[in-house]
Amino acid sequence: MATTIHGHGPAETVPPAETADVELYHPHSWITRYVFSQDAKVIAIQYSLTAMAIGFVALFLSWLMRLQLAFPGALEFIDADAYYQYITMHGMIMVVYLLTALFLGGFGNYLIPLMLGARDMAFPYANMLSYWIYLLAVLVLVASFFTSDGPTGAGWTLYPPQAILPNTPGQDLGIVLMLVSLALFIIGFTMGGLNYVVTVLQGRARGMTLMRMPLTIWGIFTATVMALLAFPALFVGAVMMLFDRLLGTSFFMPAIVQMGEQLSYGGGSPILFQHLFWFFGHPEVYIVALPAFGIVSDLIATHARKNIFGYRMMVWAIVIIGALSFIVWAHHMYVSGMNPYFGFFFATTTLIIAVPTAIKVYNWVLTLWRGDIHFTPPMLFAIGFIVTFLNGGLTGMFLGNVVVDVPLSDTMFVVAHFHMVMGVAPILVIFGAIYHWYPKITGRMFNDLLAKLHFWVTFLGAYLIFFPMHYLGLLGIPRRYYEMGETAFVPASTVTLNEFITITALVVGAAQFLFLFNMFWSLRHGRPAGGNPWRATTLEWQTPQTPPAHGNWGRELPVVYRWAYDYSVPGAAEDFIPQNQPPSPTERREAAT
Amino acid sequence: MARAAMAPTQTALPRQARWRGMIADWSSDQRAFKGVSWGKAMMWVFLLSDTFVFGCFLLSYMTARMSTVEPWPNPSEVFALTIGGAEIPLILIAIMTFVLITSSGTMAMAVNFAYRRDRRRTAILMLVTALLGAGFVGMQAFEWTKLIEEGVRPWGNPWGAPQFGATFFMITGFHGTHVTIGVIFLLIIARKVWRGDFDRGAKGFFTSRSGRYEIVEITGLYWHFVDLVWVFIFAFFYLW
Ligand code: HEM
Ligand SMILES: [Cu+2]
Repeated sequence: MATTIHGHGPAETVPPAETADVELYHPHSWITRYVFSQDAKVIAIQYSLTAMAIGFVALFLSWLMRLQLAFPGALEFIDADAYYQYITMHGMIMVVYLLTALFLGGFGNYLIPLMLGARDMAFPYANMLSYWIYLLAVLVLVASFFTSDGPTGAGWTLYPPQAILPNTPGQDLGIVLMLVSLALFIIGFTMGGLNYVVTVLQGRARGMTLMRMPLTIWGIFTATVMALLAFPALFVGAVMMLFDRLLGTSFFMPAIVQMGEQLSYGGGSPILFQHLFWFFGHPEVYIVALPAFGIVSDLIATHARKNIFGYRMMVWAIVIIGALSFIVWAHHMYVSGMNPYFGFFFATTTLIIAVPTAIKVYNWVLTLWRGDIHFTPPMLFAIGFIVTFLNGGLTGMFLGNVVVDVPLSDTMFVVAHFHMVMGVAPILVIFGAIYHWYPKITGRMFNDLLAKLHFWVTFLGAYLIFFPMHYLGLLGIPRRYYEMGETAFVPASTVTLNEFITITALVVGAAQFLFLFNMFWSLRHGRPAGGNPWRATTLEWQTPQTPPAHGNWGRELPVVYRWAYDYSVPGAAEDFIPQNQPPSPTERREAAT
Repeated sequence: MARAAMAPTQTALPRQARWRGMIADWSSDQRAFKGVSWGKAMMWVFLLSDTFVFGCFLLSYMTARMSTVEPWPNPSEVFALTIGGAEIPLILIAIMTFVLITSSGTMAMAVNFAYRRDRRRTAILMLVTALLGAGFVGMQAFEWTKLIEEGVRPWGNPWGAPQFGATFFMITGFHGTHVTIGVIFLLIIARKVWRGDFDRGAKGFFTSRSGRYEIVEITGLYWHFVDLVWVFIFAFFYLW
């Protein structure tokens, strides 16, 4: 008991090593080093590049959709079917194959071992498989673009019965490939997820207590646990829908007469699928939000040179949000024909989640309060996140209430809401995080001016795109409509507004190539970054080499003496104290009293 | 063992301090679960996730069964066998359940012998476990064949709600796949034990590190889990 460390202040005694140093796998060839690599850092980069590549496909699809909405009929190949296919693939790719993969597979892999002072993940071999199965899932998804009737157009929610009925685009092969790809994704993710969880629980450095972990790790860890419990519902839903489609079972299919013809289905429950889907789908929102929360906390503390306000509260808020998000799923089903009492229950839990979330926002603001704010690109993106997330959270309050939601359901208001809260906000964090860790990953600085330009275009542009959509939604413009045609209640001004949104979307999309260019150009031409350009406290900045070598640390693993937020400590020589710096004589004296 | 020597100090503490001690231990550095290896922790987390998979399957089955308007076929008639002229309900399932539970016993013994480095007995007991598991899958195949011959299909059956066949094939199929994977793992690891891989530090199973006898116990965790899941399937599908 004497060796247990309480709290997160600097402690003099660090317990002896409990875990034997792991046996590292040493690659022997170029292929095992860079292709079939078992090093979490390489896997992280593979995950990130794949996710970004498929993310650009989704971005391109959003261009096509926007072009259709602003200039209906201008592009001849976009008919109603094609439009459905675009929204489906755009939505699914963005949520699952880009955000989930990038936050957990990308940042999780890179940061967990480094921030915790481990040499690698707990199971490097399974970690490698995880990436390759993810890649396979992506390829299967992409393959559906090349089938005869194209990818599925069921909407990213894939609701049956229409998802598998004849006359839905992609009914033949598209939906099958989509479901198979999702199942593969889940299997691959599980292999990685087990790694992240076990490494956080069992593989930390000496002195790295749970309450000394950077909030980034808390966010990624909680999100991974959630994903391991939420993805099973999607997996089961996908398997059952595959059976409905391929074997003719009727899990989700009621008796249906289509075009005067009685189909062979009967007796199934479409609502059951909705429950399974949203039992996954709502936690999914937080699976991408919690890592973002964590990363933003660290970006803000580092670039405002201040300790995070209310660390303990922040940790508890992450855990509580994670737990609560498993009992709110049916707020997506207010108009599905559930028992109204359910709506009451789920509206209540939904509003309760706002409390820990609001605490986090207050704490970020209080961290910034009177901080020494450096407006570096990571900081700009972090502030951008807070604003957008707050915005999306407030509209969420509207949609969470049954009576307010019913008229807003399936309008552009919903599109605006979820793009703010889970589209733009996490993407801003991803950019901020990439800029923040780029110097560690590559050893070079990016171009600051380009990065700032990228930020302003993206941030302001996102507002110009999605803010007017709230208004369109209030006017009653429905979501998932490929054109409004001559609709009486729609004022003519919306046409101009739609054109404005589309042009902004094209500009914002193009601005992402600034980012790409910056990343590639700086690889060669950026100025050398040194080991710790942001003067940050966390362990990944204290590695002996930059970029970190195989095995991350030299012969000795780091020993941790303090929490991750010792910035601007009064009396300290520097305005930051790395986590692995032993306590000073003053600190030692204070700890003793 | 070292851990046993530490135990007595805990008993004297008042309850609140014990709680605080537990939380402090749990959140202390390096490991949240003291004395639990990475492999074992991984298996536990995986089983938690897999529990959700089976949970979703079973809940979906219950929803289907409760919401269908057609009558649900009576399991004790459907799953009866005529032996010597008498119709015995659920006899095959009873035997299958017995076989699977027995295999958990042999598995537990294998774990015991593995930690004693008794390679021969460990390997033999693992083989016996695998055989029992294969027997289970075999009987399941027999049951499937019989039902298919009687006209049960995923999309319909002669007695009532089509969801009966759909959920039956899906859930037992998914469980059977788990058993089959378990049998394959058992065989691979039994072979490694037999050859003495874990004494020589040769590469382990599903890793590039050298394997340890602990893998027998980890496989055992999986095997007992699959067994436990069967008890739930048995209760909810056959007895309901
Ligand atoms: C440049 C940025 C983006 C633009 C211009 C854009 C545009 C659009 C448009 C026009 C729709 C279809 C609206 C409708 O007709 O219903 C849509 C749907 C959607 N978007 Fe985005 N989007 C962008 C980024 C994102 C991001 C980052 C995400 C990540 C979460 C995302 C997730 C979704 C989802 C889930 C749907 C719903 C698909 C469905 O209804 O099935 N989008 N987006
Ligand atoms: Cu939700």
